[in-house]
Amino acid sequence: MARLTRSAVLLVAGVYFLVPLLASAVFTLDIPGQGLTLSSYTAILGAPGFTGSLLLSLGLAAATVVLVLLLTIPAAVAARLSAPRLRPVLEVVCTLPLVVPPVALTAGLGTVLRWGPEKLSTTPLYQTFVAVQNPDFPFVLVLAYAVMALPFVYRALDAGLRAVDVRTLVEAARDLGASWPRALVSAVLPNLRGALLNASFLTLALVLGEFTVASLLGFQPFAVWIVQASGSDARLSVAVSLLSLLLTWVLLLALTTLGNRRRPSRTPRTSRTAERKTS
Amino acid sequence: MTLLDSPARASAGTSPAAGAGPRPGALRRRSWAWLAALPLFLVVAVAFGLPALAMADGAFTVGDGGYGLDNVTRSVDGAYRTALLGSVKLSALTAAAGTLFGLLLAQAVVSSRGRALREAVLTASGVLANFGGVPLAFAFVATLGNAGVLTTRLGLDEHGWSLYGFWGLALTYLYFLVPLMVLTVAPALDGLRVQWREAARDCGASTWQYWRHVGVPVLLPTLLGGFVLLFGSAFAAYATAAAMVGSSVPLVTLQIADALSGNVLVGQENVALALSLDMVLVAAVVMAVHLPLQRRSTRWLA
Repeated sequence: MARLTRSAVLLVAGVYFLVPLLASAVFTLDIPGQGLTLSSYTAILGAPGFTGSLLLSLGLAAATVVLVLLLTIPAAVAARLSAPRLRPVLEVVCTLPLVVPPVALTAGLGTVLRWGPEKLSTTPLYQTFVAVQNPDFPFVLVLAYAVMALPFVYRALDAGLRAVDVRTLVEAARDLGASWPRALVSAVLPNLRGALLNASFLTLALVLGEFTVASLLGFQPFAVWIVQASGSDARLSVAVSLLSLLLTWVLLLALTTLGNRRRPSRTPRTSRTAERKTS
Repeated sequence: MTLLDSPARASAGTSPAAGAGPRPGALRRRSWAWLAALPLFLVVAVAFGLPALAMADGAFTVGDGGYGLDNVTRSVDGAYRTALLGSVKLSALTAAAGTLFGLLLAQAVVSSRGRALREAVLTASGVLANFGGVPLAFAFVATLGNAGVLTTRLGLDEHGWSLYGFWGLALTYLYFLVPLMVLTVAPALDGLRVQWREAARDCGASTWQYWRHVGVPVLLPTLLGGFVLLFGSAFAAYATAAAMVGSSVPLVTLQIADALSGNVLVGQENVALALSLDMVLVAAVVMAVHLPLQRRSTRWLA
């Protein structure tokens, strides 16, 4: 690409991607009639509902990360180790959620949840339906988020597993007398650190920013709270939005740094591709 | 099973002895493997299969439990048809623009020699591609909304600018679609070997001929795959539109949400389910196009 075109493209992209961020910062800092002030940011902590909704989102995120990892790690490792026919099945099952948009999934979930009061009110199952919709900790959201995160988590894990020789690791650990869980925890998982971090980060970002399912099912985690707060104070919600972007950025940078630290184990792969490129 | 595995094992350089012949306990271990995947299958069945079935069941349920096509026909008629077409139009337009700008930006970054620039753009793309939803809507409201910084300082409202319409939404969607395209196409651009270009030049090809016969054909699966991926993301997006424009722009996601929260006539839930089914069909077509193309394009990047 000619240098002039390249500079023009980079300039336009820079303007398009930076201006909304800068303008948001100006919007929250330069308040008409008050001049430059940090009041939009200092008001966040005292805003009604802020702490509760943030804690709810963090709790949901933690639960989703734990659940989705507990479900996918054994399945992916087992498929890799000793059941080649399990792999295509897993792949299909973990890709399917991509075919149903969140709004459509919520429509289906809402229908199922209505079965509780309509058809099951005389059965013990009814209590389960009530419990998963507890507004203090709606477990139904954890289930929905786990399904939505599944494609990304499985892909990250599968890529991580492809980079290590799981079978040799497990056989070595077993030959040295390790039990199955021990082999998994001390031999396989440390080698998947990058992939696990990646999967956890994607899930975390997904849950913290999720609005569709929660708002349509009538719960109030963080993203839903921001929209409600914007009705009374637009600057506050823009300030919170900016902070959430900043937080995502910090998390991603931390992840890349952590991921880079285990580069040495990948060197054989990179040097092989480099060889092929120069040959 | 062991036979199937042995070539992979040999190439991975593990001890060949372990791979020869059936091993005691192999059968037990195979069922153990399916057992390890059982919790995953159970949760997917409950949290995904059940809602999907409920959706299909409700979409075809008419009146007092009978089945029929009423909801489905209503979901592609009148205001719902307008919403479906509006979603398709917005998604197609933003996906096309996102593909073009994403390709230009990725090529600008890949062809420049600055490593720092490349790392910065790719990292930023990773963050911004996930920066959809509510925060994005508010960033654009603060910039170009009624009281937005640019709107007031540049007097845009006097020229008839409004963020809360089709074009405002399209401009906002590009904020996460372009980075998504950069992430998709950058590896493919890296895969275009310098040697191919040198070989073409040595054979007397012009830059145009190189792109016409080598570059674009190699990139085409990636570009098409990226386009449908962008289309799918824009089509399924709800939070950005809901937080920004309410329901002033006809979109299928907004219609479903309205029907679910009872903002319209009672008894519309089943039409909402039929609309959801329409969305699933579109998304299924998108994935059916995207996945094979993605597999094809990775062949060149190996």
